[in-house]
Amino acid sequence: MTDNELIWRIAGGSGDGIDSTSQNFAKALMRSGLHVFTHRHYPSRIRGGHTYVEVRAKDEQVQSRGDGYNFLLALGDSFARNPQDEAYYGKEELKPLYENFDDLREGGVLLYDEGLLDEEDVDEIELEEHAEENGWHVVPMDLRGIAKEHGREIMRNTAGIGATAAILDIGTEEFEELIEQNMSGDMQEANLNVLQDAYEAASELDIDHDIDVPSGSHDEEQVILSGSNAISYGALDEGCRFISGYPMTPWTDVFTIMSQHLPEFGGISEQVEDEIAAAALALGASHMGVKSMSGSSGGGFALMSEPLGLAEMTETPIVLVEAMRAGPSTGMPTKPEQADLEHVLYTSQGDSARVVFAPANIRECYTQTRAAFRIAYEYQIPAIVVYDQKIQGELRNMPASHFDEQANSDPGSVLTEEEIAEAAHHSSGKFQRFLHEPEDGSNVSPRSVPGQKDGRYLATGNEHNPSGHISEDPENRIAQMERRLNKLDDIRADLDENASHQTYYGPEDAEHGVLVWGSQQDTAFEAVDRLNENGHSVKALGVSDMMPYPVEEVSEWLDSVDQVLVVEMNATAQFRGLTQKEIGKYGDKMSSLLKYNGNPFEPAEIVDGFESSINGEELAATNMKYLPAAGD
Amino acid sequence: MSAFSAIGDDREIDRDEFTPGIEPQATWCPGCGDFGVLKALKQAMPEVGRNPDEVALFTGIGCSGKLNSYFNSYGFHTIHGRSLPVARAAKLANPDVEVIAAGGDGDGYGIGGNHLIHTARENHDMTYIVFNNEIFGLTKGQTSPTSPKGHKSKTQPHGSAKSPIRPLSQSLNAGATYIARTAAVNPNQAKEIIAEAIEHDGFAHIDFLTQCPTWNKDAKHYVPYTDVQQSDEFDFDLSDRAEAAEMMRKTEERLYEGEVLTGRMYVEDERPSYGAEKRAIGEMPEEPLAERYFDEDAEWERTYDNLLEHHK
Ligand SMILES: Cc1ncc(C[n+]2csc(CCOP(=O)(O)OP(=O)(O)O)c2C)c(N)n1
Ligand code: SF4
Repeated sequence: MTDNELIWRIAGGSGDGIDSTSQNFAKALMRSGLHVFTHRHYPSRIRGGHTYVEVRAKDEQVQSRGDGYNFLLALGDSFARNPQDEAYYGKEELKPLYENFDDLREGGVLLYDEGLLDEEDVDEIELEEHAEENGWHVVPMDLRGIAKEHGREIMRNTAGIGATAAILDIGTEEFEELIEQNMSGDMQEANLNVLQDAYEAASELDIDHDIDVPSGSHDEEQVILSGSNAISYGALDEGCRFISGYPMTPWTDVFTIMSQHLPEFGGISEQVEDEIAAAALALGASHMGVKSMSGSSGGGFALMSEPLGLAEMTETPIVLVEAMRAGPSTGMPTKPEQADLEHVLYTSQGDSARVVFAPANIRECYTQTRAAFRIAYEYQIPAIVVYDQKIQGELRNMPASHFDEQANSDPGSVLTEEEIAEAAHHSSGKFQRFLHEPEDGSNVSPRSVPGQKDGRYLATGNEHNPSGHISEDPENRIAQMERRLNKLDDIRADLDENASHQTYYGPEDAEHGVLVWGSQQDTAFEAVDRLNENGHSVKALGVSDMMPYPVEEVSEWLDSVDQVLVVEMNATAQFRGLTQKEIGKYGDKMSSLLKYNGNPFEPAEIVDGFESSINGEELAATNMKYLPAAGD
Repeated sequence: MSAFSAIGDDREIDRDEFTPGIEPQATWCPGCGDFGVLKALKQAMPEVGRNPDEVALFTGIGCSGKLNSYFNSYGFHTIHGRSLPVARAAKLANPDVEVIAAGGDGDGYGIGGNHLIHTARENHDMTYIVFNNEIFGLTKGQTSPTSPKGHKSKTQPHGSAKSPIRPLSQSLNAGATYIARTAAVNPNQAKEIIAEAIEHDGFAHIDFLTQCPTWNKDAKHYVPYTDVQQSDEFDFDLSDRAEAAEMMRKTEERLYEGEVLTGRMYVEDERPSYGAEKRAIGEMPEEPLAERYFDEDAEWERTYDNLLEHHK
């Protein structure tokens, strides 16, 4: 099952151009007809520090990163020349080589830049011994030398690509085309020369290996993009024209993409003084009738807690993005985790009425961001899209037609002036913005926006009567509270009817289940395939609606299986806790496989975790935790 | 009918239109300076010719934050210290709406101090009225950023060791383009200053001296005061930064020595507002963004086919 795929890993120092090179590599493979998926690993450093990106390519849709990889291009860390660093960290520039020994598969190819890495140093890390043990094919090449000859040292990347293409026998046309599209003048020429030279040099080497790069073709035009692209395009397509934010990894990605494009769409982007302001601005724009969004990551989102509550109380629609990274506090800025679930569900005072979606992949990032806007503006409620650093950073291909939708300009439940003229007004002249029982029998009392004639009302974070005046009248309190909270039932019904966000996978009549949410979903699906191939009977359910929770849907599914392994990337089983709380039973059925070391699950780990949970054996791996069923 | 027909009608405005029929006595204590701000604001509206539906008032939390319960316009009573960021976005979203923000000294100079700096720096076209009563009113009399040094309260029983903040100088340094101080006991000047501030195209900050007879009995009731524009003693050029800065320094120092100086402290008409700057560099549409959602002819086609091109 792991045959017939290429998993190419490029490793170097932060700042060495690993990202852009891997993006081009993935794009070239996609253009040649393959399906691709990237996985990115980087340290919390701007320049230097070991970083790598994996590109997995197959002739069918790729769901996840693989188990290990079969081709390493180790460039060496060119920023690691501080002798003091060496004292602390060992030979830094060698890290891209030796730090990647662990997951390189047996029989894999290891191409490294001997132009940057000293032979003596390489001897010290016992490369030869490791290679012998694992049957690796080691290819030292002077990539730096080739790069320097035609251009600049930094073009080591291009040399690496040329050599890779020769070794894998995949030709250089797609790469040449990308260079021609992305560069011009001397840069273009130099890179093309470096590419060809490295290709020829590597072609002359006699390397035999059995990596069989598949070939394929697409029926439809493909695009390759990240979760942050998809969230941004979803927002743009849903008519979002205002964003406000403050940088924080990994949220910065969406903020940057939106800021770059909003002006061409006639929209506005604001980088402001802090996250409290960011969320407050989004509220201000929305109050005026503009579809707006803001967002952050853990700590920044914590600051948004009070404006979020204000949005709930004043029924001002907004969409917030929470891009999770490992916590608590500033935690591990560049590492993914799914540990902010409870934070986004429950932060802010009082009984909360908000919507929380957790898209599982890039495709869902787009569709669920659209859904978040639609729901927020129709039901006048804040909606949060929570995803993580894994989906933010990975690239995946999909048909371009997935994005081919019209922008939705509908401002949601806002009245026109004609409708305001007919609607109820308070004796003070104020418009009845917060009716206890809206006329259409729904729980949404339509709003007006400043500038509309006779639509004046007061929006306040204090409890208020129908025209918005502050009120502590007990009966009014109950009526308003119930109406706000009851929206969640309406939204649940709406989602059930219009947008199934839950994904079912595997044979319907399977005996056991894997329950999963967010970015770990597709990896779990790949594990389920393997488990079934291994003779188990397993299916999976990926849940995206965190609030309102799809109680019936998940209960039915839980009913249909014996044992359930809940897979998530945190230490306290937050999603399992939520499921148990919402459903109120099946606590004795659900055990947990947890990982919180900063790296997402690999499919093989979920296979192991599932098998040991079935056998009642302890997990062999120390990078994960098994949490047994806890009762109801 | 246009979606925003309240905007730009030029009929005569009566200040009573701004009275919602709910009485401020419900929350404000007898003798509270907040009544003076409300009155001055209502009186200023006919002068600037804005009707209640084209005005959006954003307040913070505190006794002062209740202002928009008694002022009949679109209102947003936000959270403590956050009226400015909410108001800023409102102005960007629909520049045709008159945006006014208001709150207390704790609200504006304490918890919201950072927002004040940045709003002034950006020079948003809006008016910000700070009810400066040198005390936390609503939470029952704690020391505020404008309380004098040595001021005793339940939370600072030994007397505050902090010097009071200098809001006028601070706003000047940050970049505000209209800065004035007025007082509730001087209704005519207050009305004029508010009207001017609203008409000013840029960030106008009014430090409005109010009294809190309930919690701040020691504080001066700001009489007598001197209008610096009417006094020969203070001959300075309002549009000269250095002279204005010197005048503000005096004003801020003398307040705590018992001499209350009010009036316009700085007026700069040259600097474009933030919205104008953003429009000039193509970061903001010419037409109010909010209108697009109500305009059937607005262009909403996807224009990012070329964005997808990048990903192919
Ligand atoms: C985040 C937050 N912290 C504290 C409070 C409590 N609080 C309400 S009003 C106020 C101070 C009010 O003082 P000031 O802004 O000077 O207004 P005044 O009441 O004097 O008009 C405080 C601390 C709050 N509502 N929110
Ligand atoms: S407590 Fe002070 S500020 Fe508040 S209403 Fe009473 S007098 Fe006014």
